[in-house]
Amino acid sequence: MNGILKIAYKLLVNDKGKFAALLMGITFSVFLMIQMTSMFSGMMRKASATVSNTGAKVWVMDRAVTNVASAIPMPDYVLDAVRSMKGVKYAVPLYSGAGLAKLRDGTYQAVTVIGLDDTSLFGRPELLEGRIEDIYAENGFVIVKDEEYVKMQSPKLGGEFEINDNRGVIVGIAKVPASGLFGIPTLYTTLSRAIQYLPSMRFTTSYVLVEPASDRDLAAIKESVARLGYEALTEDEFIGKITHWYMYRTGMGMNLLLMTAISFIVGLSISGQTFYTFTLENLDKFGALKAIGAKGRELVSMILFQAGITCLAGYGLGIGLCAGLIALARLRLPDYASVITYPNLMLAFGMVLVIAAVSSYIAVRKVLRIEPFEIFRG
Amino acid sequence: MPDIAIQANGLTKWFGEGEARTVAVQGVSFEAHFNEMLYFIGPSGSGKTTLLSMISGILRPDKGTVRIEGNDLWSLSENKIADLRLNHIGFVFQDYHLFPRLTTAENVAVPLILKRKNWSESIELARHYLDVVGLANRADLPPNKLSGGEQQRVAIARAIVSGPDILVFDEPTASLDGDTGRRIVEFVKKEILNEKRCIVVVTHDDRILEYSDRIVKMEDGRIIGVEKGGAHA
Repeated sequence: MNGILKIAYKLLVNDKGKFAALLMGITFSVFLMIQMTSMFSGMMRKASATVSNTGAKVWVMDRAVTNVASAIPMPDYVLDAVRSMKGVKYAVPLYSGAGLAKLRDGTYQAVTVIGLDDTSLFGRPELLEGRIEDIYAENGFVIVKDEEYVKMQSPKLGGEFEINDNRGVIVGIAKVPASGLFGIPTLYTTLSRAIQYLPSMRFTTSYVLVEPASDRDLAAIKESVARLGYEALTEDEFIGKITHWYMYRTGMGMNLLLMTAISFIVGLSISGQTFYTFTLENLDKFGALKAIGAKGRELVSMILFQAGITCLAGYGLGIGLCAGLIALARLRLPDYASVITYPNLMLAFGMVLVIAAVSSYIAVRKVLRIEPFEIFRG
Repeated sequence: MPDIAIQANGLTKWFGEGEARTVAVQGVSFEAHFNEMLYFIGPSGSGKTTLLSMISGILRPDKGTVRIEGNDLWSLSENKIADLRLNHIGFVFQDYHLFPRLTTAENVAVPLILKRKNWSESIELARHYLDVVGLANRADLPPNKLSGGEQQRVAIARAIVSGPDILVFDEPTASLDGDTGRRIVEFVKKEILNEKRCIVVVTHDDRILEYSDRIVKMEDGRIIGVEKGGAHA
């Protein structure tokens, strides 16, 4: 390490009280920022669970659909029209609805029912137990074994329940990459059984899942679907639409964004003020260094280094604290939504850099203005 | 090597503007020689410290010139002046201005580190100079564990560690008791001053005048007299 930076490092870390205060400020700021954004990411991941779990490349839906749960059924001709479009390799219907399951002990439990295309079972989950063919058996349902599984009283293969006085039998236990947002169990069955068991409107196709012949056909498919009066979105676009809706139309995103901004301001205030105090206390020493022969850029590099070290250490500690808390929370709350993503980390890193820049800017201004003559005057 | 270390000519400095303008130093000229301990004495506000700042390159005069070993100090760029201070001038401040978060040895090594010397070599050399000032056993302590006299000696070690030709002392005994102050100045006179070095001292402590080679008396920003120091009495 460069000798001047080593002096800066020692001045910083040997002042244990100030260094601890600086670290705490940054750490809690990063912790809160990452906690808020990871909570939002986790919720969005859960809100888009059906989309990501199904794995379809293109989703056709009513334009007014804002999220998976708010599916607006489309007439059957849409499926036929999509199937006949140029560039479509195949297209299948998907049903998504909500129901109330009556359990063996007489209690009711809200469930999400996904009805898969009877012919292809496209979008079926990976089975942990049972055989997928059994979904065609009388009353056959596959249950997802996620954090909500226990709410169905952890049924085994052959376990029974009722939906609208129709008997349901568990024929498979599956796993999915992500579970839903609303904390209710998910059941898979065939589309025909789903619309038979659940009260439905005139139309029954929630979504049409499309496999394009190639990626080059995407634009043409979207255009053709738009001419029909519907909307075709890729998986990422649909997830983006859901995220946008939660972020700007529900208040959830704005509230979390506000909390993130407050965390940033708190972090900036604490660390900015502490760093400024730290610099003020060392101002005569910086003046002495200047008198001895240190140049302005060397003093600036010392301050930037100190701010950088503090912010990086606080950033690491903040991430560690957040990851630890999420792990701890998951021990007690298995469906705890927070998930730390690279964009969260990048956002927090950017904000930490802003904190470092602002804190050091104030200190640099002060140090560059100090006149060594003041040191002589005492 | 020329005999004259510092040559000041017509130095003038004022502070403030308009009616509030006060003259701190007015038309001061003098020479300081190698192997000389030159004292500036006078009451508070007589301009001693301002003069010291101008001849050591940290306060730009409004008028006049300063030549350090023949080089016109104030015609240089800010960076060159900083380099000149680092390479040719050693400072001992009134309040020492040691870094409390560094060890004594690290404090002494600061000028070497500013000169981009290797860290471990700098610390080694700093330990040598701490030995020179009699504080070898205090090298690893922080300065606040040392007495006032010891801190003053650390400041002296820091001032001489990079081998400057000119040393400037600002009120070197102001924070010390009489005996300690005398011992330190005697040490500086005997051990630090040599034919390649000039020492300029600003003081109003009469008890250390006996170690001076020449005494410049100041009042109201002017030199009112120069006399032989106590060392030649």
